[in-house]
Amino acid sequence: MKPIKPFIFITCLIFSVVVSSFSNAQLSYERILNAQDEPQNWLTYNGGYMAQRHSLLDQINKNNVENLELKWVLQNQVFGAWQSNPIVVDGIMYVTERPNSVMAVDAVTGRVFWKYRHQNADNALVCCGANNRGVAVLNDKVYMGTLDAHLVALDRINGQLLWKAEVGDVDLAYSVTMAPLAVKDKIMVGVGGGEFGIRGYVAAFDAETGEEAWKTYTIPGPGEPGHDSWEGDDWEHGGAPVWITGSFDPELNLTYWGVGNPGPDWNAGQRPGDNLYSDSAIALNADTGELEWYFQFTPNDAYDYDSVQVPVLADMVWRGEPKKLMLWANRNGYFYVLDRTNGEFLEGKPYVQVNWSSGLDENGRPIPTPQPEGMPTYPGNQGGTNWYPPSFSPSTGLFYFSAWENYATIYRAEESEYIPGRAFLGGGFSVLAPSPGAPTIGIGRTNPINNWTDEVGYAALKAMDPQTGEAVWSYNQFDVSDSGMLTTASDLLFTGGREGYFHAIDAQSGDLLWNVGLGGQIVMAPVTFMVNGVQYVSVISGNSLSTFALED
Amino acid sequence: MVGTSLMFFIVSGSNAQEVGDHQYTTEAIERGSRIYSRECALCHGPQGDIVDGVNLRSGVFKSVQSDEDLRQVVFSGAGQGQMPAFGLNDADLSAIVAYIRAGFDPEGVAVRIGDPGRGQSLFQGKGECVNCHRVNGIGPRTAPDLSEIGVIRTPASLQRNLLDPATAILPINRPVRIITRGEETVIGRRLNEDTYTVQVIDSEERLRSFRKADLVSYEISMRPSKGPTALSSDEVADVVGYLLTLRGQ
Repeated sequence: MKPIKPFIFITCLIFSVVVSSFSNAQLSYERILNAQDEPQNWLTYNGGYMAQRHSLLDQINKNNVENLELKWVLQNQVFGAWQSNPIVVDGIMYVTERPNSVMAVDAVTGRVFWKYRHQNADNALVCCGANNRGVAVLNDKVYMGTLDAHLVALDRINGQLLWKAEVGDVDLAYSVTMAPLAVKDKIMVGVGGGEFGIRGYVAAFDAETGEEAWKTYTIPGPGEPGHDSWEGDDWEHGGAPVWITGSFDPELNLTYWGVGNPGPDWNAGQRPGDNLYSDSAIALNADTGELEWYFQFTPNDAYDYDSVQVPVLADMVWRGEPKKLMLWANRNGYFYVLDRTNGEFLEGKPYVQVNWSSGLDENGRPIPTPQPEGMPTYPGNQGGTNWYPPSFSPSTGLFYFSAWENYATIYRAEESEYIPGRAFLGGGFSVLAPSPGAPTIGIGRTNPINNWTDEVGYAALKAMDPQTGEAVWSYNQFDVSDSGMLTTASDLLFTGGREGYFHAIDAQSGDLLWNVGLGGQIVMAPVTFMVNGVQYVSVISGNSLSTFALED
Repeated sequence: MVGTSLMFFIVSGSNAQEVGDHQYTTEAIERGSRIYSRECALCHGPQGDIVDGVNLRSGVFKSVQSDEDLRQVVFSGAGQGQMPAFGLNDADLSAIVAYIRAGFDPEGVAVRIGDPGRGQSLFQGKGECVNCHRVNGIGPRTAPDLSEIGVIRTPASLQRNLLDPATAILPINRPVRIITRGEETVIGRRLNEDTYTVQVIDSEERLRSFRKADLVSYEISMRPSKGPTALSSDEVADVVGYLLTLRGQ
């Protein structure tokens, strides 16, 4: 062994020099702005400000995708849905772990450089699991929101805590589960708590100091436009959380956010009015947070149809005219095309069975058709889709997302009293099942046996044509899917599902090209990056983060 | 009232009132039902079976044994924050425990429960149940093992399985008929299925797994292999009574 040691020492030295020269490079705002110029990196939650989750890498293509092989696995130490999306900057991956840890990982070997653990307050409360969906990186810092409603800034070289800012009041069940969005010199986050009677907002913090720069409520206060869409003091605890990362158009200087459900969730009669800006897309000035426009998908929602989908931006010639568009498959079962300069409704069509509404009027407002008590409502409580990040491919011109087909819920509304920091749901629901007591779909899957079966709902990966508002093709799975999408310039589409299969699909035709069973549910969206000339694809399944590349 | 002196009515939820440390009232069960759908159903699911290793309806827990344990977990949380603390007041805690212990049956559907001894004879004889079902190590494995069925199912559900099995069978248990490329026909019961594969126990009690792409045909029958029972209503009550005594080891 002895003669080999000096050799190892020298290689390590050379390697470390190379790596450290990468990792000290600043990730400036200009670099994020021009993320498409460095496709070897995955710089934001959704891959760039347009939130298209489309990579220009093409080393892995339709002809060689079947030669993908596993390069490394990072095993999570915490059980529970791992919804985090990695960010990759110059060969270093930043990924969060439940409830609020951040790891810096060598993207080539999967070995960990450092790990930061945030200790949450004991009374942190979230409706649907101790989830975290990832970090933002800007300059020399990494940013994470926490379940106890704080924003932490870490030194991205050594993982040391630099500052910690309070985003919301944990005693009132505010929380942060989304990956922050870094724009210019600010870090933006929204708050969760739509099931606990919060009053939602998006807030921006100075990236250097953590000082709050602006805060825009998603429910207008007295005297503000839209306040009259609420009665009495309903607005004070009307929900409208923001728990998924937004997008940004630098030309318009607008950030876009999806706003969640009004509260109490299932008793719309208890909060008369449209309940603005719940279940809306909102456009906020990136410097001031001022509301520029909104579009409400589901006024006076009684079904928990959060509009927390990622606002996906696309520039294209649409029906003969160059347009700056926003594409949106909503939890309420409709697919929308909006003009993102002013929020104008351009097109909207149902993509799954919808019976809570009979259609949209010329302004995109739904025509309500509430079902009689005890009768099923389509789509069900988890929606036609939900927060799972979609992808838009400028190469195919198609928009891809996970839909839930044939899935319905029977709602029960009841009066509920607002008690600070407590669940504020206004009733309950059950999922339509083929026989009494039969297992039904939950918000996650932990059982390796699919005992609810496709009879209570199944997944359809849909490829939507924004020109028509209709699906060009669908790829169905037996179980439902909470997986996001990744497309590449080589027209590959990577996605997963609750069954634990990782799929590579032809983004043009919808044909399956390759898949591998990874075992655990995939409840995030895959990412791709390149280091030393090798393209990698990473995906989290169950408690494992797996990274693939073509065989050597 | 139909039946003999041995036969009686119970409210399917109310037997659970006797279980545990307290007597729970129907009012408490109903109240617990509302609290459950408000505070618990989002994570545990409408049937209480969504969290791995926990089935609230049938009383399967990770650490809980007594009702007091149950109150403690709801009040203070467990599993390092996986189960949050709910800090309910005393009456609400009792209500939620009542609902869980009542097997999630707030409506209290009255089901006739007959004599377990006669029910066992019917199960093993005239009812032809043992042709397919296994109990405590005796009988075939082709249909679901019923050794713990008294814990898993409510009386109403057991009765429905006998009278109208087509509307009671759990979807996963549906009979399947498979023809392989090798021209083998496999009849069996589905155990698990995903997009690309299916796992069954076949009529020879063999565990079989198939890739759907390799099959000539794969049919799932919406009808259970057994039709509605020919037993009389008194006999059905007896069989339900027997099944309720099957509570595992």
